[in-house]
Amino acid sequence: MSPHPVPELSAALAALSTIILGKERPLRLALSCLLARGHLLIEDLPGVGKTTLALALARVFGLHFQRLQFTSDLLPADILGMSVFEAATGGFRFHPGPVFSEVVLADEINRASPKTQSALLEAMEERQVTADGTTRALPDPFFVIATRNPDAQIGTYPLPESQLDRFLMRLSLGYPAAAAERALLVEPERRDLLAALPPVLDAARLRALQAEVQAVRTAPALIDYLLALVQATREHPALRHGLSPRAGLALKRAAQAWALLEGRRGVIPEDLQAVFTAVAGHRLSVADDADPARVAAEILARVAVP
Amino acid sequence: MTRSPPSPEPRLPPAVQLRLLAVLALVLAPHLPRLPAWAALLVVVMLVWRTLAALRGWPLLPGKLRVLLTLGAFAGVYASFGSVSGQTAGVALITVMAALKLSELDRRRDLMVMVFLLYFLLITHFLFSQELWTAAYLLTVATLITALLIDANHPGSVLPLRTGLTMASRLLLRALPLMALMFVLFPRLPGPIWGLPADAGAARSGLSDSMAPGEIARLVGSDAVAFRVRFDGAVPPPSERYWRGPVFKRFDGRRWDSGSRAIADLAPDAELHGVGYRYELTLEPTRTPWLFALDLPARTGLPEDARINADHQLVLVRGEVRERRRYRLQSHAGYRLQRELPAALRAQTLLLPPASNPRATALGRQWRRVASDDAAIVEKALRLFREQPFHYTLNPPTASRDPVDAFLFDSRRGFCEHFASSFAVLMRAAGIPARVVTGYLGGERNAIGDYWIVRQSDAHAWTEVWLAGRGWLRIDPTAAVAPERIERGIGSALDDAELPDFLNPATRSGFRFDLRARWDWLNARWNQWVLGYGPELQAELLQRFGLDGVRDMLLVLTLLISSALAGFGWLLLWQSRVHHPVDDTLRAWRRLQKKLARIGLVQGDQEGPRDYVSRVISARPDLAPALAQLLALYLQLRYLEGSDAERQRALENAIGAFTASARHGN
Repeated sequence: MSPHPVPELSAALAALSTIILGKERPLRLALSCLLARGHLLIEDLPGVGKTTLALALARVFGLHFQRLQFTSDLLPADILGMSVFEAATGGFRFHPGPVFSEVVLADEINRASPKTQSALLEAMEERQVTADGTTRALPDPFFVIATRNPDAQIGTYPLPESQLDRFLMRLSLGYPAAAAERALLVEPERRDLLAALPPVLDAARLRALQAEVQAVRTAPALIDYLLALVQATREHPALRHGLSPRAGLALKRAAQAWALLEGRRGVIPEDLQAVFTAVAGHRLSVADDADPARVAAEILARVAVP
Repeated sequence: MTRSPPSPEPRLPPAVQLRLLAVLALVLAPHLPRLPAWAALLVVVMLVWRTLAALRGWPLLPGKLRVLLTLGAFAGVYASFGSVSGQTAGVALITVMAALKLSELDRRRDLMVMVFLLYFLLITHFLFSQELWTAAYLLTVATLITALLIDANHPGSVLPLRTGLTMASRLLLRALPLMALMFVLFPRLPGPIWGLPADAGAARSGLSDSMAPGEIARLVGSDAVAFRVRFDGAVPPPSERYWRGPVFKRFDGRRWDSGSRAIADLAPDAELHGVGYRYELTLEPTRTPWLFALDLPARTGLPEDARINADHQLVLVRGEVRERRRYRLQSHAGYRLQRELPAALRAQTLLLPPASNPRATALGRQWRRVASDDAAIVEKALRLFREQPFHYTLNPPTASRDPVDAFLFDSRRGFCEHFASSFAVLMRAAGIPARVVTGYLGGERNAIGDYWIVRQSDAHAWTEVWLAGRGWLRIDPTAAVAPERIERGIGSALDDAELPDFLNPATRSGFRFDLRARWDWLNARWNQWVLGYGPELQAELLQRFGLDGVRDMLLVLTLLISSALAGFGWLLLWQSRVHHPVDDTLRAWRRLQKKLARIGLVQGDQEGPRDYVSRVISARPDLAPALAQLLALYLQLRYLEGSDAERQRALENAIGAFTASARHGN
């Protein structure tokens, strides 16, 4: 048996690869995240292509895109929208905020006050917005890409651990490889290429694929492996506490998406290994100086595949 | 280019500092009463100051002041004890220095030093007390120190108190079996604890080698245990429960002592008859060279280092009773001592200091003139005590001169030593050889453990007179005045108002009394089995297991410990293995793994099957077609689609047919 990749997904991956050069693995993870109906946190320096990635994803999937620059004076209403009195009708009308888009890029999310952060994070979790006593559903698919600058400390409000949990994955893109960086410089502007990028899918097809992800098989042997990994995080000496059951579910969903992206209808241990660091890294609470990604890699290297 | 200085070790968090201070206070507290007042004060001041410093972030002391304080404390200890070594001085020095260490306690390394100092300080308590409660206290505090050690090894953040305590308790609990094993099997050294300082063992109250008025009465206030006795079979009636101790022959008008050693060293002469009582006596340390025995011990079966001297006192050949010791004896209630009295002994037991107690001496002489025989004189004296208004009391008036006269003719109020002393003086004045015997009378039965406790409060003095043809006879003049002292113990012979609390009849029953009996029983067990576990008991125990001598035992110890470690290691390995039901698919895959392992390609524990096969193929491209098919089948069966009999067979067949030769084509 050889894998049967979903053609649209292969095409989407190929299209994205023309925009973000030499970053196949983060692209695959980002795609898996979207397929698994999860939100994505990108932690990286400015200028490595976070916004471009978000734009490219929206474009390739034919989704509506909004960008939100988080600042310390941003208010919840600036994100969620507000009711405005209209003289013509003599009543209030709700003006939906930028969150009512299929893809939302929340730039530098840790610059906004906790109140504003939690407004967005609640919307992410509930996939709906309640304002003035009325609950309004957010579009489906709804995909938030938040970015965070790891070095900037002054004037930021760090996201609490419970809120970090709302993101399915955390990625960092990193500097491009030498060849890719050269191509960036000599070839036309990425934004221009982006504009020319034809959509490969649409919202309806994406929803179908998301449903398909949930049908990807997870064999008992695979669940054993997942449990062993989760258990290992709970016993690791460098960790204050291990992964929650919710994190275990997230791991499963991400691995299913990754398997589907690879064209498989079942998850194999390698799928779980591929997504483990991205899903578990930001949920692990490490003692001061340890690097969560390193700890995650160490756990992967220690836990036997059953 | 400037090099940045090495970053200083971070300061200890205040929470850890406070924990250390609390543990230190707990460790030092029992030592405080043993310190000179200035040292105790210094320790308290350092603890309080350091606590405030931790709470308020005060700076620590400057270096010069610390040096001055240290030198001052050193000099102070030397001035107080005349030495800086030995039990009390050494402990005082280390206690004060531990408190002064607080003045520079700032970093983690100081905490480490303190933790080990704390362990050492804790052990020093054993030099002063080895009782059950000390052991309980030590175990508790050892747990706290261990928790502190865990804190010290957990840089970066402060562990919750409960976590540290739980970990420490679990550590110590795991160490308990080893502790018990080492206790039982580690070679025991004969004699006192090796290297114990010469002044070890606190001064104790008890009978001394002389007797003056008021000294025995003082002992009644002490409920300290003198010894415990377990009888095999018959228990003597109260009137025969005289526990013989020091015998006094020389009298200086006021004080009795044992007199010439040369005479006391003469061979005893005793004929024993009547009921024999066999018993085991556990004597608390007395720091005196004699043992106690029920009146009168047989010479056979004495402890090796003990003998009976001419005063029929059980004495040690050499040394003192410095530790608790247990010995077995047989005593007889009926006896005849020294049918013939040697002249030297006779002279000494008749001697009275000239011009002391003139009235008593005159009375004795007058009795001699009118009496028909010695027995009549004894009877006369006893009648005197019975018929005159003598009063048995703990608090008699004290007379500085001629105390016997003052007691017999003026106050007529006295405790047993007054009665014994004056009776002996009267006898000697009348020409009857007499001596004073001190010891204990009575005892209290512990129903829980079926043994008898004799306390310091049971201390007693009586007399012995020598009558021709009958030898030395025990005469207890106290019995003439207060017969209930003999029959029912000291508590019923005295006025309630005079009694110390623990002797009051009201407290001698009910819950608290019962509790006290249980506690004593527990302590007796502790003494017998834990503190009393010496080389003899160990040898006995080992022999019961067929082990002969230290060599055998060391061999067994080594074997036991190494097999315990091996077992524990195996258990750890076994537990860390992930247990999953091995299904047929996995079993088949394992066969493939084995075949591939033979050509040096082993699947890593954490390596997924696909990654493994890719690795094998990149090393052995010739196997690619076969392995690709096997992998596909395996993934389908195990992960992608679930079990399927036909595929399973295919997989097994394919694996059975699979061969990987070490020599391959290219």
